[in-house]
Amino acid sequence: MSKSGTILYLDGVSVSFDGFRAINNLSLVLDKGEMRAIIGPNGAGKTTMMDIVTGKTRPDTGEVFFDGQTDLTRHDEAEIAMMGIGRKFQKPTVFENHSVEDNILLSLKGPRSIFPALFHKHSAEEKRRIDEIFSVIRLGDKRHDLAANLSHGQKQWLEIGMLLAQDPKLLLVDEPVAGMTDAETEETARLLKDIAKTHSVIVVEHDMHFVRELGVKVTCLHEGSVLSEGTLDFVSSDERVVEVYLGR
Amino acid sequence: MISGKFFAAGADRRIAITIAILVAVAIVVPILNLALPPDSALHVPSYMVALTGKYLCYALLALSLDLVWGYCGILSLGHGAFFALGGYAMGMYLMRQIGDRGVYGNPLLPDFMVFLNYKELPWFWHGFDQFWFAALMVMLVPGLLAFVFGWFAFRSRVTGVYLSIITQAMTYALLLAFFRNDMGLGGNNGLTDFKDIFGFSVQANTTRSALFAASALALALGVFVTWRIVGSKYGKLLMAVRDAESRTRFLGWRAENVKLFAFTLSAVMAGIAGALYVPQVGIINPGEFDPANSIEVVVWTAVGGRATIVGPIVGALLVNAGKSWFTGALPELWLFALGGLFVAVTLFLPKGIVGTWDQWRARSRHRAAPDEADGDAGSEEEVVVRVEPRPAAQLKPPHGGLAPQPAE
Repeated sequence: MSKSGTILYLDGVSVSFDGFRAINNLSLVLDKGEMRAIIGPNGAGKTTMMDIVTGKTRPDTGEVFFDGQTDLTRHDEAEIAMMGIGRKFQKPTVFENHSVEDNILLSLKGPRSIFPALFHKHSAEEKRRIDEIFSVIRLGDKRHDLAANLSHGQKQWLEIGMLLAQDPKLLLVDEPVAGMTDAETEETARLLKDIAKTHSVIVVEHDMHFVRELGVKVTCLHEGSVLSEGTLDFVSSDERVVEVYLGR
Repeated sequence: MISGKFFAAGADRRIAITIAILVAVAIVVPILNLALPPDSALHVPSYMVALTGKYLCYALLALSLDLVWGYCGILSLGHGAFFALGGYAMGMYLMRQIGDRGVYGNPLLPDFMVFLNYKELPWFWHGFDQFWFAALMVMLVPGLLAFVFGWFAFRSRVTGVYLSIITQAMTYALLLAFFRNDMGLGGNNGLTDFKDIFGFSVQANTTRSALFAASALALALGVFVTWRIVGSKYGKLLMAVRDAESRTRFLGWRAENVKLFAFTLSAVMAGIAGALYVPQVGIINPGEFDPANSIEVVVWTAVGGRATIVGPIVGALLVNAGKSWFTGALPELWLFALGGLFVAVTLFLPKGIVGTWDQWRARSRHRAAPDEADGDAGSEEEVVVRVEPRPAAQLKPPHGGLAPQPAE
């Protein structure tokens, strides 16, 4: 497989924790601009895969390349985030004691060292960027509220907004619709499809209706490696997927 | 420009009032002590000046702890070490000021060195005859220790209770080290018998008043600096690291550097507090490194209210005033009272005095005008946003304020 033209390239990646193989010879390639849905039963290694890509976990073996050229295994979380990989956690993680706007402000692309932050002044450009993000995530009327006071679904959107503020090339989105109402789920699918027009995205999700809504290529993981890959219809009719994940 | 912003629109009236009070106290108390005759009703006795001057140093120490504990969640149980190091740096200057007036009359060597048969001044005592050098060391030594300690601890991602334990171990190790006579810092007895500071007798009322004023002004400056830092984007980041460290990492921030800056700055503040403390009490000995001292600082801060700036000052003043009274009236009960106080505050006032007061105020204001809190986004938004970039979130919490932080 060639790395050129890929935004994310994993080849032969394995990692074990105390003898348990969380990821087992995993190979996965994401093209630039592609959106991919990843499904799989609990413990299939979905979150561990994200940990590896974002530098939280170092793989025992295997290659992980970003943008066709950068070896991600040599970098840590902050460096990888600065290269342009944004990550939304499974449990929405926002700064609860800050206003919604400050959450976005802290995420905005820009210098990440101490002294610029200490002497930071608000600029018109920043305000424009923040307004832009609020128009995408539709939380404009909540911008002065504490993030702690948002509903679960709104926190998910805020976290997605924080990713957008980073202006990443690749977004890793872990279970964006967990705990959402049907209406919110639909809204989130629309939001992600919008984002996918200009970014590469990986979405991990259990909700099959939501995955269908996205209408993208699906990868099913099982026991740390790829079980099946293709359109949702292809994957969901795959005998092995039915066996381990969807159930008969 | 800063002062314009400072007094604008009550950006934070409480901070302004605190600073104003401290500056006023720095001017008025020395006048009441020195200019009024002792029989006047308004005369402030000298022992009160010395006592409150000492409390103000404790308050600055508590404020420095608040910066790392309240705002960044780093529960340091070794802040007394930075305070003591600043105190030792000042003590070394005061020792060199004694000159040949010591018991042994050696012009170069302090008494304890003559007693211990030192032939020459240890290398690290050079330069301490100059005040500017000592003042530099007061900040540099605690700052450097905090920087090196923090660099290793934060880089290795030591957090929570483990970090608290190693800070405790640090101050304990220093306690043992400073007890040794070959450390060259007076061993068990520490540094004492000070005569002069800047050529003025440390015993004189005027000097004591001046030291009191310096402590009040240093505290005012500490409040101002902490307030500016906490209100900046860096301050928001500091709290973000406290609340969701991994989130900040995945946004590209280096959480370890964020903590390191606050920890180092906090140690410098603690060092300055120690340096002002030593001439007022007339002694610095290894007892200041006692882990129990550092824990007491935590109690003051918790009692006053974490992450409130004013809280730790209130806590330090109240608890120490209580301690002075108690140790006079019922000396054997003081430690029980202190322990009981900490338990009671943790159970009944988890936000401390100031935090609870804020909560109560916010609740009653909310009840009086339930819509007011949301009204901010209206026509005056532009002004509000510019004048007070800090959100409603931190210091005027109409939405419920800070969630309680785990004590770790």
